[in-house]
Amino acid sequence: MTAGLSAGIAVDIGLAALVAAMALWTITVRDAYAAVIGFIGYGLLLALVWVRLDAVDVALTEAAIGGGVTGVLLLRAVGALHRGAAPLEDGPPPGPATRRIAALACAAVAAGLALVVLGVSGPAPTLAPLAAEHLPATGLENPVTGVLLAFRALDTLLEKVVLLLALIGIWSLAPDGVWGGRPTLGRPGQASDTLRFLAQLLPPVGIVAGIHVLWVGADAPGGAFQGGAVLAAMWILAMMAGLAPVPAIGRPWLRAALVVGPLAFLAVGVAGIFIADGFLAYPPAFAKPLILAIEAAITLSIAVTLAMMVAGPPQRPDAP
Amino acid sequence: MTGLLLDIASVVAIAGGAFFFLAGTVGLLRFPDTLSRLHALTKADTLGLGLIVLGLLPTVDSAVTGAKLVAIWLLVQLAGASVAQLIARAARQDAPQDVRQDGPPS
Repeated sequence: MTAGLSAGIAVDIGLAALVAAMALWTITVRDAYAAVIGFIGYGLLLALVWVRLDAVDVALTEAAIGGGVTGVLLLRAVGALHRGAAPLEDGPPPGPATRRIAALACAAVAAGLALVVLGVSGPAPTLAPLAAEHLPATGLENPVTGVLLAFRALDTLLEKVVLLLALIGIWSLAPDGVWGGRPTLGRPGQASDTLRFLAQLLPPVGIVAGIHVLWVGADAPGGAFQGGAVLAAMWILAMMAGLAPVPAIGRPWLRAALVVGPLAFLAVGVAGIFIADGFLAYPPAFAKPLILAIEAAITLSIAVTLAMMVAGPPQRPDAP
Repeated sequence: MTGLLLDIASVVAIAGGAFFFLAGTVGLLRFPDTLSRLHALTKADTLGLGLIVLGLLPTVDSAVTGAKLVAIWLLVQLAGASVAQLIARAARQDAPQDVRQDGPPS
């Protein structure tokens, strides 16, 4: 028992040191490409940290979003910078005074955070027992899903809207001439045989896995975000290999898929005013089916939103 | 008795897997060019993960969990091998002419 405990502590210390070293390396390395690779490794290490904290839901999300989708997004951003249409206009480099003030401000924030974390006495206040006590009312068995979709549903709803806003931000970078047109992913018509092979073999498995992750989310680690990220990855793969066309951003079906999740969430939430106790409340008899329906719609929206984020702003007009 | 033998087999297989991961990492850090680094990495990942999965199989509590482990190994093999091909292709396209024709410089 003691040996197992100390081995666990050794692993934790090693992990923490690795995370800190990786973070430091990511922000100090000069090459943007290397920094992105460091960031992806950092995300995967963080996922391991969450596993060690028994937060498998968060670990799955961190691996899929923090390591996976964000990594691809950043890699594409670095690629776009290297193709370098126009070099960024840098102002004069900050003087020593500015640097010192910035360093002092950062150190003050770090010291404040350290004080707050170290100053907490006794067990931190927690709502976990309360959440666990009321979980049966939702018909779910995974407390994380219960919190996300029942107890703190408003947060989750707003999260989905933020995701949509981010996509609108990306789309707003499109030049006027190609508004409503198609983004480009990969080099059209030049995908290698290997990529096409992978894109033919993996998606059937990946789509089943994504839906499985969504479905088990009610009772075990998993859920809409993780499942949606897997589905998005499969679609991105097919688009990069040229097996599926990249849709024009003006297509009505695409717009519908983007908003169906938040809209379904909002509709059930508003219905809660009339058939249950209030906004975003579920009638107890239908709590689980309603939550699953919302999760399914959200998964679709998340998958489409993430894939379109990676695809980026449209670059060519929507030719028939 | 069988339990003890299975435990020993588990430990041996997992230790072997860890060794191949270590060897692959050393290769990744020490080999001189992209193609040989990739070679070290994919070999180690495929064999190392295979041995670890093999070592974990006697410890699973249900056949479904075992099947999931094997499926993960197969998926990692598929992804690892394909991605290694893609990286190698990109590296060859970026490399100077002599590397592209003669393979890695000796």
